[in-house]
Amino acid sequence: MKKKTLSFAAREQLTGYAFLSPWIIGFLAITLYPVIYSIAMSFCAVKITGEGIDLTFRGFYYYDQALNVDPGFSIDLGNTLFFILCFTPVIVVLSLISAVLLNNKFRGRGLFRAIYFLPVIIMSGPVISTLLSKYTVSFADAIPQIYAFLNALPDTIKSPAVYILDNIILIMWFSGVQILIFLAGLQKINPNLYEAASMDGAGTWEKFWKITLPHTYTLIIICTVYTIVELANYVNNAVNKRITVRIFDDAGRIYSLSSAMSWIVFVIVMVILGIVWLMFYLLSRRSEK
Amino acid sequence: MKKLSLLTLRKRLLGTNEKTGILPQAAIYFLLIAIGFVYLYPVLYMVINSFMSPDELADVSVNWVPRQLYFGNFQKAFETLDFTKSFLNSLLMSIGPTVLQVVVTACIGFGLARFAIKGKAIWMILIVSTFLIPDQIVKIPRYVLYHSYGILDTIWPFYLPAGLGQGLKSAIFILIFYQFFVSYPKALDEAAEIDGCSKFRIFYQIALPTATPAVVLSAVASVVWYWNETSQSTLFFGNKIPTLPIQLGIFTDRYTALYGATDTLSEVDRINEAVTLAGTLLSVLPLLILYLILQRKFMQSVEMTGIAGE
Repeated sequence: MKKKTLSFAAREQLTGYAFLSPWIIGFLAITLYPVIYSIAMSFCAVKITGEGIDLTFRGFYYYDQALNVDPGFSIDLGNTLFFILCFTPVIVVLSLISAVLLNNKFRGRGLFRAIYFLPVIIMSGPVISTLLSKYTVSFADAIPQIYAFLNALPDTIKSPAVYILDNIILIMWFSGVQILIFLAGLQKINPNLYEAASMDGAGTWEKFWKITLPHTYTLIIICTVYTIVELANYVNNAVNKRITVRIFDDAGRIYSLSSAMSWIVFVIVMVILGIVWLMFYLLSRRSEK
Repeated sequence: MKKLSLLTLRKRLLGTNEKTGILPQAAIYFLLIAIGFVYLYPVLYMVINSFMSPDELADVSVNWVPRQLYFGNFQKAFETLDFTKSFLNSLLMSIGPTVLQVVVTACIGFGLARFAIKGKAIWMILIVSTFLIPDQIVKIPRYVLYHSYGILDTIWPFYLPAGLGQGLKSAIFILIFYQFFVSYPKALDEAAEIDGCSKFRIFYQIALPTATPAVVLSAVASVVWYWNETSQSTLFFGNKIPTLPIQLGIFTDRYTALYGATDTLSEVDRINEAVTLAGTLLSVLPLLILYLILQRKFMQSVEMTGIAGE
């Protein structure tokens, strides 16, 4: 009798796994397998034959091709990293500010929220390219003083600052989801905290630093990671454009070269994420002391 | 008396602890409008320019407000996009995957949240890691895989991953549902279980309907992301099932094929830009309408689910 009926715990396991099963099958078949296959392709010459695909091991040949032979890959990679590193902090800070603003009680709040999330709705590769490549607001024309000021600064500060200003619309268009994440988080902060702080004479500024920021700390990390991943995967960034062009490269390098390139980008992005994580980790330890 | 009114004036302007004053209020509005304008600007530009006739475009004095509504750009864009067909394709390739994605990710989130599965932490880490894996890496092997199954140029390259929890940003939706099911009271479940309800019935008759906010949030986000996807769709079925954004991506080529070559004269270029903008507007219009209808519910859902919990 005992053998025939499963114990409660075992049944719980089984049903749980039943719910999870589509993901496990999907993960093995159309995520893990392609990932392994992609690693293999980046190390092998791909030959498409009648029956399928032949792989011949070539070692680091395609990585060498990508980094040392392909004209422009390193440049595109550099540009993309610059793009990610400049955009991410601005996007995170800007979306936190926007969320704090939107979280105030005022008339027309629903309308503003709707507008702030608009970019996410209509943002696709082609739409961005048609809309933003030609129709960005030019700060150089509007406020030339800013550029005059920036030009006086050393190059290490100047070039990111100018880059950010030139692309401010694109930056803001990337902030929709992050604003939502922050908004949802701000909603969860107990209003009594703010009230108590007000009683003790804290101003808006102090409340932001002492209540809002510590409570959104986790969300800041989440948003930073999300932004980095999102920007790295953005179809129109320089390196992804190159990878797409290289997929069907000449017969000797088909699939392999672009796979190698993708892995180079992936590893670098993971390193960046690691550094970001370490940074936040150290920061939170310092603030605990 | 005078002193008192000064005090109230100060209170009105700067505000008190209970009520925000006029000045901070004005500052907040100013910032909101300034940022909001940057979001709206490209959209406004697109709407206005797409309604301008060639004469007005050539006329430098007409900059913002067109004197009349001109639909010629839309007519051309409509044909260039092959709108009716592309629109139906877009619907097919966004609604279907969305339904699958939402149901399946809800199911996975439910499984993770409601059962003491062994190795749950590992599954969670793996799920998050699928979010980190870029499109570029899995795209080509998936292409090869789909090719060997002979499902390229069919609906399956979108439907299959969506149905197996590997669709566009599936990991995010799994986490949303996980978060939701972890936090809602189990009493309902238990009552149903005592009445002899199976776990699967509990899922689709109790859990899923209770999770309406999470469903709305995931469905809207999912439709939007599937609708706007171009990198996978171009590769997997772009030739056979061209969606609106895909058609928009090759807009200039198609336009040239239909209406003749573009002159290099800047004036003519601007007129063609108006057609391109009309095309862009047409391709996002269905989403805009959907968003206008669901906007309120969507925002409520955001508040109720808390997209990224701790």
